[in-house]
Amino acid sequence: MSDAASRLRRLAAFLSKSLLLMATAMSLVAVLLIIVYIARDAIPFFKLHGLKELFASAAWFPSGTPPEFGAWAIFVGSALVTAGAVVVAVPLGVAAAIALSDILPYRLRQAVKPVIEVLAALPSVAYGFFALVIFAPLLQQRGGSLLAVAAWLVLLPLGLLLILIVSGAATRSVRPDVAPAARWILAAALAAILLRGLLALGSLLASLTVASGTNALNVSVVLGVMALPTIVSVAEDSLQAAGRELREGSYALGATRAETLFKAVMPAAGSGIIAAVILGVMRAIGETMVVWMASGNAAQVPQPWYNLLSPVRTLTATIAGDMGEADQVLGSSRYHVLFALALCLLVISLLANLGSEWILRRKQRRLGGAK
Amino acid sequence: MKIATILLTLALLAGGVGFAADANRIVVDGSTTVGPIAKAFAEYYMKLNPRVNITVSESGSGNGAKSLVNKSCQVASMSRLLKLNEFEAAVHSEILPVVHVVALDGIAMVVHPGNPVAKLTLAQVKDAYLGKIRNWSQLGGPNAPIVIISRDTNSGTYETFEGKVMKGEKIVKNCEYVGSNGAIRQRVQSTPAALGYVGIGFLDDTVKALAVDNVMPTPETVKNGSYPIARPLYLVTNDYPKMGSHLYRYVNLYLSKKGQSMIEEIGFIPVTSY
Repeated sequence: MSDAASRLRRLAAFLSKSLLLMATAMSLVAVLLIIVYIARDAIPFFKLHGLKELFASAAWFPSGTPPEFGAWAIFVGSALVTAGAVVVAVPLGVAAAIALSDILPYRLRQAVKPVIEVLAALPSVAYGFFALVIFAPLLQQRGGSLLAVAAWLVLLPLGLLLILIVSGAATRSVRPDVAPAARWILAAALAAILLRGLLALGSLLASLTVASGTNALNVSVVLGVMALPTIVSVAEDSLQAAGRELREGSYALGATRAETLFKAVMPAAGSGIIAAVILGVMRAIGETMVVWMASGNAAQVPQPWYNLLSPVRTLTATIAGDMGEADQVLGSSRYHVLFALALCLLVISLLANLGSEWILRRKQRRLGGAK
Repeated sequence: MKIATILLTLALLAGGVGFAADANRIVVDGSTTVGPIAKAFAEYYMKLNPRVNITVSESGSGNGAKSLVNKSCQVASMSRLLKLNEFEAAVHSEILPVVHVVALDGIAMVVHPGNPVAKLTLAQVKDAYLGKIRNWSQLGGPNAPIVIISRDTNSGTYETFEGKVMKGEKIVKNCEYVGSNGAIRQRVQSTPAALGYVGIGFLDDTVKALAVDNVMPTPETVKNGSYPIARPLYLVTNDYPKMGSHLYRYVNLYLSKKGQSMIEEIGFIPVTSY
């Protein structure tokens, strides 16, 4: 009797184990199948057209006769939009993570973090709608002044902070009785230069006219906001993981809060922050709906290349937008080129993923070694 | 993610061949332009025949043809005729595409309501989309660079525009591509220097339609053939539907008085005149 019972129990254990194994294998198989099928449909394109056309030409006319499949402009578009999103999201995200973990009082933090995470829950089509219907017309009507205000908002406090630090450092060796006066004079002079510069930059930006609001800048800002919650929560977690002991140890040595943050906490959390940034970048590269709706989808290399105000086309939007008409039945180049683009996208995200994985593992090893 | 969806869809399609034979179920797939007609017809027909189930997808004319060839739909709604290679693929799969012209559509050139330009020639439209004309001042308007907007290359509307206006030449690279008629209207009404095109059914007073070669895009000018950028809209079936079947009655709704008023209501031009 008890023999039968233990046999049944062993059977149950075996079954549950194999079920769990199957569930794990499922996602692995899905990833493998995706890679295999994308590669299978991408290879015919490279066989027909070679590598050169895709990467070296910027003439994207998939429906022309004869069709041209130069995707250089599309790669540039993706890179530009992603870089723009990084510029928006990384400073904001890391600063917010620092504020959440080390500056804000505990109760405020409990309220703010969920709100930031709501940003991750919004469907991307809602972001796209916002970018297309509200942000694009706003950029067209008040683009110049909007940019000028943004420049002031970012550069004025940053500049003043920098001036205070620089003037303090520069007057450290001055005689103590005149040091405060020297510091004030130096700070005032630097502030005057800063204001002059900001005024010039502001009027330059304000004189810009934005012909079309669906452009790289629009999408960069929106993608940056979309990447924020990822960056904030991962970076905040790693800052938290740096631990109370580290901070208290630093304070005990007489370090100020700024010194503790920049010289103890951030180096300890550095690899976590880098991983957060990479995850945010992946979110920006892979996003489809927003770029399809609001980037303008013009397959051109902006002139000059850093001109964020010109419409661009990205890899993801091209794949999504061209799939319908691409001849699936007969398998034309127009169909296979999309898989070639998807393969490139896959390789990029795989590399980024491996990179972040490597960074995280290195951190774990280092922390493990320290113990 | 997308591939997973495609795989799932394929799996469902494989299963779908079984119930495709069900006479009470009609699947329509294809053009976003013809979609509203197919949907209005479907709603009307299902109200009259509650046991019939009609689903209408709008995934583009090319997808409609594809689905018909794959036997995953009974009706392809298309804003262009099947291409030769699509016909070939259909015949190869033992499908005989039969085309029903259900309505006519004109493509209207649209600008911002504040734009003083009221008419263009077909050649000027083409030059603007070729990038030879880049400023509204060259067309009698204000000094502002033209923001060229087009439907995506995936749409039947684009293909008709490409055929009727561009005649095979390539659209300028800085042209913006937009995913739907509604989105073009949205972009044009919010962009003072925009030039775009939409189906006449999507015209309203938020955008300003231009006369092309001195002909305004109206139902009359499309019907009498004087408006140059116009096309028929099609429903395509495999073989002529069996007389009296649900499919037959659904596809031929456009010939009825009710069908005509539904087509007019959506903004297209009916082929009948009761």
